[in-house]
Amino acid sequence: MKRRPSGGLLDRDRALRFSWDGRTLSGFAGDTLASALLGNNVSTVGRSVAQGRPRGVMSAGLEEAHAFAQIGEGGATEPLVRSTGVELYEGLVARSLSIRGVLSPETDSGRFEKRYAHADVMVVGGGPTGIAAALAAGLQGARVVIADEGPELGGALLRDRYLIDGRPAAEWVRAAGLMLAGLPEVRVLPRTTAFAALDQNGIVLAERVSQHLPIADRSGLADRRLWRVRAKQVILATGALERPLVFPDNDRPGIMLASAARAYLHRFALTPERIVVFATNDDAYRTVFDLHDAGVVIAAVLDARDEATGGLPRKARQAGFEIETGAVVTGTIGDQDGVLQAVRVARLAGGGERLVPCDLLAVSGGWDPNLNLHQQRRGATRWDDRLATFLPGAAVPMQTIVGAANGRYGLNDCLVGGREAGLAAAAALGFAGTVVPAPSAGDEAEGEHASVWHITAPDGDESRSFIDLHRDVTVAGVTRALGAGVRHVEHVKRYTLIGTGVEQGRSAKVNAGRAVAGGIGLDFAQVGVSSGRPPAEPVPFALLAARSRGALFEPVRTTPIHPAHVALGAVFEDAGQWKRARYYPRPGEGMSEAVVRECLAVRNGVALMDASTLGKIDVQGPDSAKFLDRLYTNRIGTLKPGRARYGLMCRLDGVVFDDGVVMRLEPNRFFVTTTTGNAGPVMEWMEQHLQTEWPDLRVWLTSVTEQWATVPLVGPRAREVLAPLVVGMDLSKEAFPFMAVKDGVVAGLPARVARVSFSGELAFEVSVAWDQGLALWDALLDAGSAYAITPYGTEALDVLRTEKGYIIVGQDTDATTTPADAGLEWMIAQDKDFLGKRSLERPAMQRTDRKGLVGILPDDPGVVVPEGCHLVADPNEATPMTILGHITSSFVSPSIRRSFGLAMVTGGRARVGQRLYAPMMNGAPAVTIVDPVFYDPKGARRDG
Amino acid sequence: MLLIRCPWCGEREETEFRYGGQAHIATPRSDVDDASWARFLFHRDNPAGPFAERWVHIHGCRRWFHIVRDTLTHDITRSYLPSESPEDAG
Ligand SMILES: [Zn+2]
Repeated sequence: MKRRPSGGLLDRDRALRFSWDGRTLSGFAGDTLASALLGNNVSTVGRSVAQGRPRGVMSAGLEEAHAFAQIGEGGATEPLVRSTGVELYEGLVARSLSIRGVLSPETDSGRFEKRYAHADVMVVGGGPTGIAAALAAGLQGARVVIADEGPELGGALLRDRYLIDGRPAAEWVRAAGLMLAGLPEVRVLPRTTAFAALDQNGIVLAERVSQHLPIADRSGLADRRLWRVRAKQVILATGALERPLVFPDNDRPGIMLASAARAYLHRFALTPERIVVFATNDDAYRTVFDLHDAGVVIAAVLDARDEATGGLPRKARQAGFEIETGAVVTGTIGDQDGVLQAVRVARLAGGGERLVPCDLLAVSGGWDPNLNLHQQRRGATRWDDRLATFLPGAAVPMQTIVGAANGRYGLNDCLVGGREAGLAAAAALGFAGTVVPAPSAGDEAEGEHASVWHITAPDGDESRSFIDLHRDVTVAGVTRALGAGVRHVEHVKRYTLIGTGVEQGRSAKVNAGRAVAGGIGLDFAQVGVSSGRPPAEPVPFALLAARSRGALFEPVRTTPIHPAHVALGAVFEDAGQWKRARYYPRPGEGMSEAVVRECLAVRNGVALMDASTLGKIDVQGPDSAKFLDRLYTNRIGTLKPGRARYGLMCRLDGVVFDDGVVMRLEPNRFFVTTTTGNAGPVMEWMEQHLQTEWPDLRVWLTSVTEQWATVPLVGPRAREVLAPLVVGMDLSKEAFPFMAVKDGVVAGLPARVARVSFSGELAFEVSVAWDQGLALWDALLDAGSAYAITPYGTEALDVLRTEKGYIIVGQDTDATTTPADAGLEWMIAQDKDFLGKRSLERPAMQRTDRKGLVGILPDDPGVVVPEGCHLVADPNEATPMTILGHITSSFVSPSIRRSFGLAMVTGGRARVGQRLYAPMMNGAPAVTIVDPVFYDPKGARRDG
Repeated sequence: MLLIRCPWCGEREETEFRYGGQAHIATPRSDVDDASWARFLFHRDNPAGPFAERWVHIHGCRRWFHIVRDTLTHDITRSYLPSESPEDAG
């Protein structure tokens, strides 16, 4: 196409350079990438996805099925962007695509953000209907959000020569825009696409904040912004989309929608030399008038209807245009590059073809209301014979569909309908403010739309008659699908890929439905079209994530002692959101050396660890004991103040849920610990039962996980290290026995000291206020320096507790493990009820062939069999082998100086003494089943 | 994405809540037979239409409450306290 010397909505003083496939081209401010390419005589803008056919620009908007480009470079590159929606800027870098884009391998460097908004009235679409609606509702005082994908309000008014109140429509748009801007409760969002309609009138918008600016001018601005709007009322003024026609070679560069030809003229001052207009409805005649007035040769006006009696065709005849009714395009001819040169024209009634040379073929197969958002809410559609398309059925509650989206294509209808919808939405919410008179425009009487969609190929070859231009699906493709027995439009969609492209097959849906209906001899109204789903427009995942990326994706939780671990060179592991020190390697040490050293320090000297991540819950109230007795499998009510007890919890189905230590501080006050990962779930579990099952219990829960920093001081020398730090606290075995709890002072800090042990050694677990954790740690390290006190991490703890046969819930147990399976039958109180108890009485929970906890000793003491390995009786059995169980924990023990572990095997301890095998890719090491306690079975050291 | 009315806090986004399954399921006495107990544990209604269900405002007031939600349309017609029955809630 050629750029006219003046006209269009362009800023001619601002020429912009951009790069296309490495070539530097030039356009104007106000251009889209698509119009700038056309202005540079670039007709072929890409290749089709399946057949590699040359493709041009076929629309000026949302319907675009061909003109996709890769925009930007490096980490900011966006694949598969619709060129008709890209505003040109200085320095834009774009590349053509064979439909598929390429994601950048680099981290997306785009800036995305998210906002929430509440609206009385959300107006989707900023054409005449939407403007009238927003203005009416806004003047009533309602809080209005109006969004439009374009850079300015106006919609179809920008591409057509309409009069409103006798003046050019642009003047009305400008005046309305100023009025909207003056209303404090109205927010106008240009460059913003509504892509999802959620329940309860949630509308999700994607705003292009700075993507239309030169890169250098974007600093400090987001690229895009995601809006989540909750609206009391939604007005869908989403307009209608023109539909292409299906005929042989209907995909050449140079074939575009009739309305697009006007848009390129009026917005972008681009014209062809000779145009053929192929109409099935009156609106396409505007293209004849407008392009003729711009000096374009009208080579032919074809109208598929038998007669064209509407207002516009009559005017065309009066103006002297020759209209061929009952005439259609039966094919197109291209040059050596495939670009349109001429069209074949014939009469529907039959007879010969003739060639009409032209460089633009403007087609209009009719108009389809843009109902994607309506359909996302499962809104119904109904076939309309007169307009030959699907119109919305009843709007979903609290929504209105109005204007062209409702099949009212006349401008006056749009203005009146939009205003009424705005007034009604505001009135429904109780607003009663200013009412301005309706603007008016003279609508032409409109003739019926032809029900023509497909011109049969004269030679019967339908393999170049494209239905889905984006996905390269032809009439022949649909025929193949039907031949394979596929019938439903949704199935044809999946079989052929029609409508699965990034534009969601907007322009293909109706024609696809008609192809299916025709192919199987059904009424199209019954066949229907495939449904609309979010997103209506492609949105980057990075936009949905917005700021929730990288360090902001999930909180990182650290204990107050964290800086000390870092200073000691700890290697950390993630425990949920927590960072925990896994081991503390000294120079030259790997993990295994460090862990052996740390374990031996616990067993033979003194060591300390940071256990602050343990979940902690303060339970208070007169019914606390009763409450905890219902939660834990073992008896809690008999616990005396100042004493602690190991506690086990089940889910309702009897499966082990969590374990921890329950301390009774006072008769009506308990302090409960949970596993690190279950702190939240246990708190919620307790809350749930208090609120929903036992609201009569007078119990109050407080999560104090981050109020207490906890450091176990462990090992045979622990008492000696702690003694000089305490004041008035007798640490002797008699005064402070295993499972006792005392409040006092440690290293000058108010502290709670408990004799609990997860390692099986003498241990004093010291807790102080969270922000004093580091001071406690330093004081203990200092006091222990004479005893070579050693920090140990979670890896050593794992070895130590496995040596004692202590389970970790979630590692040694899974979603089927009962307390008895885990070897904890002694923790089940028989004389009370608790959550899960009734389930444990079910026969399946008592079978003797259930998996039970055992120890394993590999035959080869140097082999650590990986956790998760299956265990079988016969390693030579043909697959599938009979699985007897699996290994749950597996380490080298510095204490017994060999590999060992825990496993869950059917029959449990009945298998002690048996030899099983762990088949792997290479070999099947033998293990002997043993009792799961490997170290100090009598607990003498722990109780010391 | 639902908009859910917490009886204490008002309407909030679904992301602030956690689902708690069917409401008004009474825990049977522990002397019921195994089949009845299994029904209580594992079986829930799955109607196409209004459904009374539990939610907790987990990222808000942490209170449990009930709503009646139409599983076909997502329309939420009632939001009420656990102590109320679906009939007498407004
Ligand atoms: Zn709440």
